[in-house]
Amino acid sequence: MTATSAGGPRQWHRFSLTERIMRSAFYLMALIAIVWSLRSIEIIPEFLYDAPQQTFDLFARMWPIDWAWYPKVVHAALLETLHIATLGTVLAVLIASLVALLVARNITRSAVLNGIGRFILVATRSVHAVVWALFFVAVFGPGALAGTFAIAVHSIGFTGKFLSEAIEEVKSGPIEALTAAGAPPLAILLKGYWPQVKPAFLAIAMFRWDINVRESAVLGLVGGGGLGMALDTAMSNLYWDQAGLVLFVIFAIVIVVEIVTAWIRGRII
Amino acid sequence: MGAAIGRNQDATDRSSDRSLRIEHLHKEYRAGEPVLRDVSLTVEGRGLTAIIGPSGTGKSTLVRCINRLVEPTSGEILFRGQDMVRLSGRELRAARRRIGMIFQEYNLVERLSVIENVLCGRLGYVPVWRAWLRRFPDADIERAFELLDAVGLGDLATQRADQLSGGQRQRVGIARALMQEPDLLLADEPTSSLDPKTSVEIMELIARRASASSIPALVNIHNVELARRYADRIIGMSKGSIVFDGPPQALEDSHLLAIYGGEGWLE
Amino acid sequence: MSDTSLSARPQRLAFPPNWPARIGLTALALYVLYASTVVDITWARFLTGLEQGSRFLSRMFPPNTAADKLALLYTGMSESLQIAIIATAVGVLLSLPLGLAAARNLAPAPLAWASRGLIVAFRTFHPVIVAILFVKAVGFGALAGMLALVVASLGFLSKLIAEAVEEMSMKQVEAVRATGASFLAVVIMAVLPQVMARFIGFSAYQLDSNLRNSALVGLVGGGGIGATLFTAFQRFDYDFVLTIVLAIIGIVMVGEIVSGFMRRLFQ
Repeated sequence: MTATSAGGPRQWHRFSLTERIMRSAFYLMALIAIVWSLRSIEIIPEFLYDAPQQTFDLFARMWPIDWAWYPKVVHAALLETLHIATLGTVLAVLIASLVALLVARNITRSAVLNGIGRFILVATRSVHAVVWALFFVAVFGPGALAGTFAIAVHSIGFTGKFLSEAIEEVKSGPIEALTAAGAPPLAILLKGYWPQVKPAFLAIAMFRWDINVRESAVLGLVGGGGLGMALDTAMSNLYWDQAGLVLFVIFAIVIVVEIVTAWIRGRII
Repeated sequence: MGAAIGRNQDATDRSSDRSLRIEHLHKEYRAGEPVLRDVSLTVEGRGLTAIIGPSGTGKSTLVRCINRLVEPTSGEILFRGQDMVRLSGRELRAARRRIGMIFQEYNLVERLSVIENVLCGRLGYVPVWRAWLRRFPDADIERAFELLDAVGLGDLATQRADQLSGGQRQRVGIARALMQEPDLLLADEPTSSLDPKTSVEIMELIARRASASSIPALVNIHNVELARRYADRIIGMSKGSIVFDGPPQALEDSHLLAIYGGEGWLE
Repeated sequence: MSDTSLSARPQRLAFPPNWPARIGLTALALYVLYASTVVDITWARFLTGLEQGSRFLSRMFPPNTAADKLALLYTGMSESLQIAIIATAVGVLLSLPLGLAAARNLAPAPLAWASRGLIVAFRTFHPVIVAILFVKAVGFGALAGMLALVVASLGFLSKLIAEAVEEMSMKQVEAVRATGASFLAVVIMAVLPQVMARFIGFSAYQLDSNLRNSALVGLVGGGGIGATLFTAFQRFDYDFVLTIVLAIIGIVMVGEIVSGFMRRLFQ
């Protein structure tokens, strides 16, 4: 921000010259990136004209929904999805807490360990849960076990990142007080850090669980168990009314989970 | 000679333009519980009019009805030849920009700088793209700096608003209101969030600037001493109606009793 | 104080047990045990898995860098990158108006509820599922993938913007409105300054998310590296799988640097 008060009328610019140059440079690069992407992307016009009709066709085939299929297959699949999501989240939170302690600069001083922790977080997060599922299906065979591990490993990235940020934002006052009183490290962790991190911890866990339910529903498409497998079966057989049922169930469970997390957040946080 | 007559005409036009006439203003937030009962009031010429009265008596509602921040239930508010109550859309905005308002909690945009806040006063006059790119005309920027000098904040132009003290923020609020070159100045408890010394400074500033611009100021205030000291006219409200209207010298203890009720707070 | 009153007083605990928390934790632990059996997570399977896993990892190293594979990698990754860039740009641009329309303190109630409904619809389904639907509608290829990610971006960004707008201070908005500013000007000078910092953060996160998801939509026909990855798995080309995964991680890391830069520039 600059304001010059030289002889003539006073000027005011919102950004300094360097800031303006940097901002313009950024806009320019973003523009170049977008233009490059637009030019290279293939859009086949015939498909575009066809789109409304295709969409209508799809929804027409989904209706009426095959409710009868629910008790036979979908219910069990739904429960399996929920188990995968919950177990995966619990496992992830446990491991992520350890990694977060490694990454948080106020707990682990060694830059090397910080770096290792950070790399673990970035790596687990960059690879999508579905890709992890591909891997774990190849290792464990298709089913919920692969799905659970896929969810768990993928979630470590996010949970760990947010947790480490929460740990780093802890106020140093109580920590100093405990250290001055001669408390052992574990006690400082439990009584100094934990109370401050707890609200964020619960919020992150809930948030991740919410997302994981959505993710778990999809893992089945590659063999990870749960609703995804039901969807895959229905689509392979071109039974769109069954597919519609699965989509509906996914929609319903996501809404329910949102309501539940909102309620828990209201009660606890 | 023709020119002299013309100028006279101008003067009367301007003073009648700046008169505010409130007729039978009635406001109920909840049906059956009126906050303003049939309030009629005329404010003319220069000078500071202070509205006093206990909390909840409708002072704030009255002031906010004038620029329609609160919607009146019924009544007329005539300003510059238009009934504010009937206006909407562009006409309402055009009318609002001629009324500058100062708030109890300053209501500055915290993340913007002082000068950006002052320039908000021009938003009713400039096209939107200028606001977006922050490219206000040079004349506006110069005037903003002048106003900041006039309120004593000349070197704080580029500070972020949330780094200022309460008194400084209120000065920015005053500069913002004056930036609109208004025909009327409204202030809703401008000193309630400030310490006694700063309150005096702010009232001094409002009175002086309003007088310098020859515009009337309508100030809602709960500190009777400040009202007595700076107002040319005092209006006392009780339970939604006006119970006193006169110069500060005419304000007696009996009136204050009628307004505030209960002897406890009178020394 | 007599002895009887001391012993009669109930014991005061310095740290009373937190029953809801204890019950909650026990319930959780029991659930975990139960669910593990249902999902068939046994130690035996886990050990076999570890053995398998290590065999895999050895097959993955070293990553395949043959020329033809790298060419495949390059085409796939570029397409994924393009999908991510356009989806983020479109998503960021459209999410601002949609988010504002969904804010209950800014938009009229019917518009707010309709917008929220739209946002919920966008968020419910995983981008992969949305991609399947778009593939059916607009055919195989990058367009379907891009549209799926735009939907995902809108769902995420608009929700967060709406929440940020609902949490902002209305006082600042009120003051700018009182100057006679138009709706757009009020948004620019009073709303955006309050939410922009968080919006930039969300957008940076969304860029990151889209980079990850763009590698995925190819699995179901949405273009990009996903299809190549899936094929590699099916053909047991695990060393190529590793190459692809490393490339994805690399792009995401670069994306993080760009986001960090963007955040520092604009916040």
